[in-house]
This record gives sequence, C-alpha cells and structure tokens, in this order.
Amino acid sequence: MFSYLVRRFLYGALILLGVNLLTFFLFFTINTPDDMARLNIGGKHITQDLIDRWKVERGYDKPLYVNDAKKGGERYTDTIFWERSVSLFELRFGRADSESAGDIGPEVARRMWVSVQLALPLFVLQVIASTAFALLLVMFRHTRLDFWGVVACVLMLSISSLFYIIVGQFLFSRLLRVAPISGYVPGWDVVKFLVLPIVLSLVSRLGTEARLYRAMFLEEIGKDYVRTARAKGLTETAVLFRHVLRNALLPIVTSAGSYLPYVFLGSLVFESFFGLPGLGAYVIDAITKQDFAVVRTMVFVGSLLYIATFVLIDVAYTWVDPRVRLG
Amino acid sequence: MFKFVFLWTDITVWALAVFCLVYGAAVARSPGLATSWRRVFRDAPAMCSALVIALCMLLTLADSVHYRGRLESAAGATAGSVQYEVQAHSLLDLALSDLIDSRETSYSRPLDYVGLRMDTVSVNGRLVRMAPRLKHGGASLSDPEHQWVSDLVSRGFSGLMLGLVLAVVVALGLFALLARARRAGLVETAASVWRNEGEIPWRAALWTLVVIATLVGTTISLAGGYHVFGTDTTGNDVLYQALKSIRTAFVIGSLSTVATLPLAVVLGIMAGYFRGWIDEVIQYFYTVLSSVPNILLIAACVLMVQVFLDKHPDMFETGVERADVKLFLLCAVLGLTGWAGLCRLLRAETLKLRELDYVQAANAFGVGSSRIMVRHIFPNVAHLMLIVTVLDFSSLILYEAVLSYVGVGVDPSMNSFGGMINLARKEMSLDPVVWWSFAAAFGFMVTLVLAVNLFADGVRDAFDPRARAFRPRLAITRKPAAQK
Repeated sequence: MFSYLVRRFLYGALILLGVNLLTFFLFFTINTPDDMARLNIGGKHITQDLIDRWKVERGYDKPLYVNDAKKGGERYTDTIFWERSVSLFELRFGRADSESAGDIGPEVARRMWVSVQLALPLFVLQVIASTAFALLLVMFRHTRLDFWGVVACVLMLSISSLFYIIVGQFLFSRLLRVAPISGYVPGWDVVKFLVLPIVLSLVSRLGTEARLYRAMFLEEIGKDYVRTARAKGLTETAVLFRHVLRNALLPIVTSAGSYLPYVFLGSLVFESFFGLPGLGAYVIDAITKQDFAVVRTMVFVGSLLYIATFVLIDVAYTWVDPRVRLG
Repeated sequence: MFKFVFLWTDITVWALAVFCLVYGAAVARSPGLATSWRRVFRDAPAMCSALVIALCMLLTLADSVHYRGRLESAAGATAGSVQYEVQAHSLLDLALSDLIDSRETSYSRPLDYVGLRMDTVSVNGRLVRMAPRLKHGGASLSDPEHQWVSDLVSRGFSGLMLGLVLAVVVALGLFALLARARRAGLVETAASVWRNEGEIPWRAALWTLVVIATLVGTTISLAGGYHVFGTDTTGNDVLYQALKSIRTAFVIGSLSTVATLPLAVVLGIMAGYFRGWIDEVIQYFYTVLSSVPNILLIAACVLMVQVFLDKHPDMFETGVERADVKLFLLCAVLGLTGWAGLCRLLRAETLKLRELDYVQAANAFGVGSSRIMVRHIFPNVAHLMLIVTVLDFSSLILYEAVLSYVGVGVDPSMNSFGGMINLARKEMSLDPVVWWSFAAAFGFMVTLVLAVNLFADGVRDAFDPRARAFRPRLAITRKPAAQK
C-alpha cells in the first residue's frame, strides 16, 4: 500500500509537470507577454515603454525558455519558464496580472474556504439524495413509479442549470421572499445565503446522478449473489440495503469522487449567481478581467486537487471493498 | 446579384450533412448496421425526437448558407467596381426578413400590439403618457382594443388549419409509401398504422408530426402580424433570436464532438493495439489533459483564442465572419480538450479486441498493423464512437450556455441560448418582469436537448445490448405487433 502510494504520488508529480508545460505553452507561447501586456493595459496609446514596465512589474521581462545572455545552468534557470514553474510547485503564486488585484496565494486560501462552505454540504447531500432517489426507483422497478421517475430524470437533465437558478431565484427570493437573492457574510449567518444555492444545485444535478446510480444498482441486481440472497428468503429491503447498496458503492464512490475537486474549486456558475466570493467567482472575475496569472494558477491548483482526489478514491476503494488490494 | 460567403462552420456543417447522407447509404447497404438502426427507430421516443432533430437540422442547414447582397453602386464609384453589403446574411435570414425588418424600439409582450414601457406621445396636440403602438405587432389593426382578440383567434385558427392540412398531406404520402412497400391497400395500411401495428412506431411519429405542423403553422401565421415571443430590450424579435440560436447550439454540439474523434480514435486504437511505451505515452497525454478541470482548461484556451483574434482584427471582412471563426475555434477547443474520455474507452475496447481470434488470424497471415487497425479493429469499436458522440451532443449544448455565461462562449454578437439566458437574468429582475426571452430560450433549448437525449438513449440501447437492461419497463408493456 505504501509503495503504491509513493508510486502514485510520483506519477502525480509527473502529470503536474505535464500540466505545467501545457499551461505555460498556452499562456506564454501562443501569445507573447507583449500581447498580454497590450491587452491588459488597454487603451489606444500603448508605448513600448509601458509594455516594458508592465513586464518588469510582473517579472515577465526574461526570455521564455532559453536565456542566451547567461552562461551554464543559468541559461535555463534565468527564464520565465523556470521561474514560473518552480514557484508554482512551491505553491508561491505571485501577484495577479491586473493592476488592482493583489497576491494570488492568500486570495486563493481565503476564497477556498468560502467554496468549501457551499460545496461540502452540497457534496454530502448530493450523494445521499441521488442514492436515495435511485434506490427508490430500483425498489419499485417495473412499475409506474420507476417509469415516470426515469422520465422525470431525463427531463431534469435536459434542463440547463442556469434555468434552475434563474427560476429558483425568481420564485423563492423575489415572489416568496424566503431566501435572500445573493450575498455572503462570514460566520454562521451564512447559512441563510447557502440554502438556496445548495437546494438548486442539488435539484439541477439530481436527474443525471440518480439515473446513473439507478443503472449501477440494476447492474448489481442482476448478479448471482442477489439471487442467492433472495433464495435464502431475505426480504427485498434487506437484499437492497444490505447487499446491493454495499456492492454498488464502488462505482458510486468513483462517480461521486470525481466531484471532489470541485468541493474546493467551487462552482463557477452558482457562486457568481449567488454572489458568493469563492474560487469559482474568482475565476469568472479573472476571465472577465483577462487576468492570465490567476487563470494559470487556478488551472494548476485544479489539477493538483484532481490528482489528489484520485489517490483518495483509490484509497477509498480499499475501505469500501476489502477485496481491492493496492499494489 | 450577390456573392456567397463561405464561413468555416458553414463548410463543416454542410460537410457533416453530406457525410450523414453517405453514412446513410452505407447503412442501407450493410445488413448489420441496418438492423441496429432499425432498432433505434423502433423506439418510439427516439423516432419522435428524430423528427424534431431533423427539423432543427433543416433550420441549421438553411442558416448555414451565407451571402452578401450587392449594393446599388454609389455615385462617384468607378464603373465596374462592385460593392457588397457590410453584413452577411443567411438563407434563414432571407426567409425571416419580415421579423428582422420589424424591429421595435424596446420590450414588448408576446403577441401584444403596444410596447411594454409607457412613453410620452402627442395625441391631437396633447401630450399623453401611454404605451406606444408597435410598428409590427398588430399593425394592421385600426381599433386594436376590440379587434385584437378576434384577430389573434382568426390568425391562430388559420395557422392551425394550415398545419393540419400539411400534416394530413404528409400522412397520406407516408401511407402511400408504406402501402407500396407492404403491397397492401391504402386504407388497410392506414388502419394498421392507427392500431400501432408493425415494427416502426409510425403512429407516434405521425402524432409528433401533427404537433410540429400545427405549432409551426400557428407560429408562422401569427408571426405575420405579431411578435410571437415578444421583443427584447433593443426591440429585436425573440422568435428570430431563438431560431438563430438553434444553429449555434447545433454547430457546437456536432462540430465539437466531431473534433474529438480524430485524436480519440487514432490514439485510443493505437494505445490499445501497440501497448508498451506507445500506450504509456498516450495514457500520459490524456491523463494530463483530463487532470485539468475541464472548464478551466476551456477558459484558458478560449482566452488565448481571444487574444489571438484581437491581435489580428483585419483578418475578417465582416462581423459575422469574425464571430464565426470564434465559434469554429471554440468547437476546436472543446474537441481538443474533450477527447480523453472516448480515448480511454476505445483503448480499453481495443485491448480486449486485439486478443480475439480474428485479429490473431490476421496477424498470422502477415497483415500489417495499420491495416489490422483500420480493417479489423476500427469497425468493431465504431459503435462506441457513435454512442459517445450522440451522448455528448446534448451535454455540449448545455455546456455552451454555461460557457457563454462565464464569458468564454460564443461571440456576444452571435445569437445563442447562452446569450439569451444571460440577458434574461437581468430581465427577470425588472419590474414588470420580462419573462418571454427566458421562456422562449427555455422552451426551445429544453425541446432540443430533450430530443437529442431521447435519441441518444435510443442509439445507445440499439448499439449496446447491455444498456437495454436499464430501460425502465412497465410490467405491462406495449402490445407486441399482431402475430399472424
């Protein structure tokens, strides 16, 4: 197990290296720092002086990959690529590109907490609600309830999450006035701002998830051990909850686990609609301000979380299913 | 009189349409494929949604022929020089030119004859605050307060009748064709369709046709005198925007999925077939790609595309061309970032297939690797490709709305569902509520996505026998075809 984890972490580091190369290529090679400067400064009269100063302020005033002016190892280390890569791996994110924004690191740490406040309860409730709904459908399979339940799922997953948000805000905040439209306060009072986004997000994903889980349960139900359990004379409930649910947990962990990075990254759409200052809203701000440093950092942080999640899922397998041995 | 403008997406959309025809011909020739596709159309929901999709496809194709009209040569222009309009139009624009020309000044409710906002108008020399009459909506009415309802009813009714007549004509044509194929009488065939006998659910298809025809007929008839879905803040007709958005959604759905195919198929089959270091390298590539959260990667790529386009403003003659290149590149980005899933699937399947006897036999006969992959592996994983393609289609349409909201979607000047929803967000907080843009976007988008989803389910069930077990079945299912 230990050697497996070490290998996974080393492979993860290799992947991160690839992500870093990819993002660097995207952000610095396709468009040079000069282009970014021109876009970021804006306006019509952009002199080379302004561009140079912009680059110096942000440390972009070096060659991209190879510095011919230096000798020895410095030829490769005194470049933007080296500096940016090393600082990313040390989790020093530096300053944002836009004029007013400050350092990225503290901002990410602060906003991640807000995102977690929204996404963690959502994550837990999502798994519970989807599993419960899918189990209900499976329990009543081949009946009208199952049929219309699946029809409802297909209908729900055909509706964009934006519709749920707009209708939900209109209905609950404007007409019924049971929840504030948007906003955020630190502390426990935040609950009243979080209820609506959590419920709406739950509903908007229920169709997809429940249908998927239902298929997983049905796959298990067709297996021999279920027949054996029934033959033993167990009740249908006991079969479902004690046998099927346990065995279907493995695919459910995989499917639910893929949402785990977003517990920290937050949801772009929901955070910006509900005015929550999380990481998702941060990315949207960065995109509208064309702040490339922030987007680059978020890509890196995102893949870091993603890789960590998949190691976690592997570990969770051994806990869910003792037959799985990591090695 | 005009010159054609060949937009990137136009060319690819038409190429796809031609490919679909070629594929259709290939299906008709190959018994195996034909059986599977017949199974798709045996599924009533898939059959009905296929009709809806076909209608949207027609709209897309009509909206994918662009031209620039010729301008009357201005005085002083040198003889022989030809000037063209600044804007490129499509055939659909030509058909809907009434709706484009009938621009109002601001919001108006669906089917209304006055604007939404009060305005100061002079009536008989006195200034009165009232809702101004619309230019197009109810323009033919002289006494709108009394004529409005009856005009709506008469227009609606005539449209309904038009649609019904159309539907009946098509139904009779279908009966005639079926009767010829079955070598039975026309009445007999019609009765058998009505009893829902036979393999293909023609009755459900006909009902869908009737619904579509009456809706289209009524809308056309009403659109002649009113704004059926009202107008937006700048007075543009919402129905027109929704119809134009269909093309954007379709282009994104189809081009993006097609763009994933080359990389996914070539790399997936290669990884599975060669194994060893080639497999390792390809796995590394897609793991890197898929370990970046999708929306962030797309945002990063689209930002770069934007910078590139800003740097070269003189590459495009018209705004439409610029918006179109952006759409094309967005599809390319979605394709290049989205191939990992399919690649992984194809690799796993190829790993299984390469151990099978027929591949081993081909190997033993000395058939080259590339030939084995093309002739023996590819046809046997093609169904996976098809299933994933149609399943992805609808999620991409939904994705477009989110991307447009985030600010990395299609060009703001291009009509899209995402853009409509984006504006609707502000409109829903106005007082009085402007709900019609939102409702129109909702209606069209849900219909389209639902149709694509149902069709995709049908395709998956037909091509993947394992998936069929998950179909919800009622204990008492539809009576099987009458047995003789």
